[in-house]
Amino acid sequence: MEQVIANGFYLGAQYALIALGLTLIFALMNVLNFAHGQMYVLGGFISYTVYGQLGLPFVLALLASGVTLAVIGALMEKFLFRTVIKRSLREESTMLLAAATAFFFDAVILLIFGEKQRGVPKIVKGVFNDGGIIMPYDRMLVGVLALVFIAAFVLYMQYSRVGRAMRALAQDRVAAQLMGVKVDRYTMIGFAMGAMLAGIVGGLLVTITGVNSGIGGPISIKAFMMVMIGGAGVVGGAIAGGFILGMMESVGLTVLREYGDVTYLVIFAALMVFLSIRPNGLMGKPWG
Amino acid sequence: MTHNMKIASVAAFLAIVFIAVPVLISASGRTDLYYTLTSVALLSIASAGVWLTFYIGRINIGQGAYALMGGYVSAILVVTYGWSFWLTLPAAGLFCAAASVAIGLPILRLRGVYFAMVTLVLTEVARLLALALPVTNGAKGMVSIPLPGALSVFGLIIIPDFATLHNSRLAFYLLAAALMVACFAVVYRLVHSRIGKLCQSLQQNEELASSIGVNIAYLRVIAYAVSSFFGGVAGAIFAAISQSIYPSSFTVTDSVNFMLNCFLGGLGYVFGPMLGTLVLYFGWDLLFQTGQFQLLIYSTLMIVLMLFLPNGLLSLAATTRKKG
Repeated sequence: MEQVIANGFYLGAQYALIALGLTLIFALMNVLNFAHGQMYVLGGFISYTVYGQLGLPFVLALLASGVTLAVIGALMEKFLFRTVIKRSLREESTMLLAAATAFFFDAVILLIFGEKQRGVPKIVKGVFNDGGIIMPYDRMLVGVLALVFIAAFVLYMQYSRVGRAMRALAQDRVAAQLMGVKVDRYTMIGFAMGAMLAGIVGGLLVTITGVNSGIGGPISIKAFMMVMIGGAGVVGGAIAGGFILGMMESVGLTVLREYGDVTYLVIFAALMVFLSIRPNGLMGKPWG
Repeated sequence: MTHNMKIASVAAFLAIVFIAVPVLISASGRTDLYYTLTSVALLSIASAGVWLTFYIGRINIGQGAYALMGGYVSAILVVTYGWSFWLTLPAAGLFCAAASVAIGLPILRLRGVYFAMVTLVLTEVARLLALALPVTNGAKGMVSIPLPGALSVFGLIIIPDFATLHNSRLAFYLLAAALMVACFAVVYRLVHSRIGKLCQSLQQNEELASSIGVNIAYLRVIAYAVSSFFGGVAGAIFAAISQSIYPSSFTVTDSVNFMLNCFLGGLGYVFGPMLGTLVLYFGWDLLFQTGQFQLLIYSTLMIVLMLFLPNGLLSLAATTRKKG
C-alpha cells in the first residue's frame, strides 16, 4: 500500500504541473486550450532532441523545451487567440481555434519527429529500496523537480508584480484594466507561461515514460479532468486536482485490477457524479 | 427573404438532393460518392443535435456517446432479438433520448467549459462501457449485422428489402438524405417556434429567463433529449451501413468533429451544421491526395478560416446581405 501511495504522489506531482498551465490559460482568457497535450508532446520531443540526440546536459534540454514553448505560446496568443476573440460574436469560437491548433501541432510533430516512441537515457541511475517502497532515483528526482516547479509557480503568482497583475486579470478583467494593468501584455505573458509549463513537464517526463506523437489528445483529456476536479481557473484547484487524479489512478489500478480495465470507467463515473453535486469543482469560482 | 423565395429555395434544395445528385452520380459513374454523401448526411444529423445544444448555450462534446449508444441499441436489437431495422431506428433514438434525460438532469446544471468537459468525458465513458459490458461483445464489436429488411404497412411494401436491391448504396443515400431533411425541418420549426425563442433566452441569460417564469430546467432537458435523439438515429444508420459497430466507431475525435461542424457552419444559423459537415468532410477527402501533409494543410486552413470568419461560413452571406 505504501508503494501505491508513493506512486500516486509521484504521478500527482506531474499531473498538477500539467493542470497548472491549462488552468492559468483558462483563468486569464476563458480559453480551453485543446492543444495543451500537444504542447506537452512538443516539449518532450525538444528535450529528446537536445538531451537524447545532441547529448547536451539535461538542464539545457529542459530550458530549451520551456523557452521554445513559451515563445510558441506567446505567438499563438498574439496572432491567433487575440484576433479571434476580438472578431467573434461568441466566446466559444476560440474552442474551434484551439482544436485546430491541436490538429496543427499533431501534424507538425508527426512530420518533424515521426510516429515512433522515443526515449532518452536515464538522468540518474539506481533504485531506492528500503524494503517497503521501491522507487527508481530518476522518478524521485523528477517528482521533486515537479514539486519545485509547482512551488516556484505559486510563489511567483503570489509575490511577483507579473503574478499580481495576472491574478487581478483573472479576477476581473475590466477592473484590472481600469487600474492600469496592461491587459494585452499580461494575457500574452500568461499564455506563454501556461505553454512553458506544458513544455517543461514534457521535458521532465521524456526521461521516464518517453514520448510519442499520439499521446497529446489523451494528456489533454486528463488535464481537463484535473482542472474540473479542482475547479477551472484556480491555481490551488489545479494542484489538488492533479494530486487527486494521480492518487485515484494509482489506487484504482491496484484495487480494481481483478475486474479488468475499468479504472478509468470508475474514475469518469465518479467524476460525473461529483460534478453534478458540486458543479464548480472543489474550489472553482461560480461558472468559471 | 420573402415567403415565396423561401419555398423556392427549399424546393431547389430538395431537387438537388433527391434528383440532381443521383442523376449526376449515375451519369458520371462515381458510385463511391454515394457513400461519402450518405456519411455527410448522417454526420450532419448528429451535428444538428450538437447545434441545438449550442442554441441553449451549452457546448456539447458528447454527441459521439449517443451515436455509439444508438448504433449499439440498433445492432443488439437486430442481431440478438431479431427486430426489424425500421423498428430499431426510432427505438435507438428514443433510448438515447431517455438516457440523455437521465444523464442531462444532473449535468445540465453545469455551464460553460464544465459542461463541455463533462460531455467530453461522457464520450470516453460510452467507449469504455462498450468495451466492458457483456452485451456489446467487447472490443470485438458486433459484426455482420443484416441489411435493413422490407418495411410494409398492411401488406403494402413501402421500402423494399435492402439486401435484394442491386444498388443498396443509393437506397442508403436516399434514406439518409430524407432523414437529414426531416431533421433540419424539425430543428428549423423548433427554432422558429415559441420554444425556440425561449431557448434563445437561455443562451443569453438563464437567471433572467428563469426570473420571468421560463422553466429552464425543463427546456434544457428537452433540447438535450432532441439532440441526443438525432445522435442515436445517426449512429443506428451508421451501424446498418457498415454492418458493424465497435467501441471505437465513435470516439472523442468524432465528438469534437461534430462540434467543429457547427462552428464552421456558424452557430447562429440553422443550416450551419449541414454546410459545416459538407465542407469539413469533403475538404478532408480532397486533401487525401496530399498524403502526409493532409492534416497540416487541413488544420492550417481551419486556423485561417477561423481568423477571418470566426462566426462561421454562413456569416459571410449574412454580412453581404446587410451591406447590399
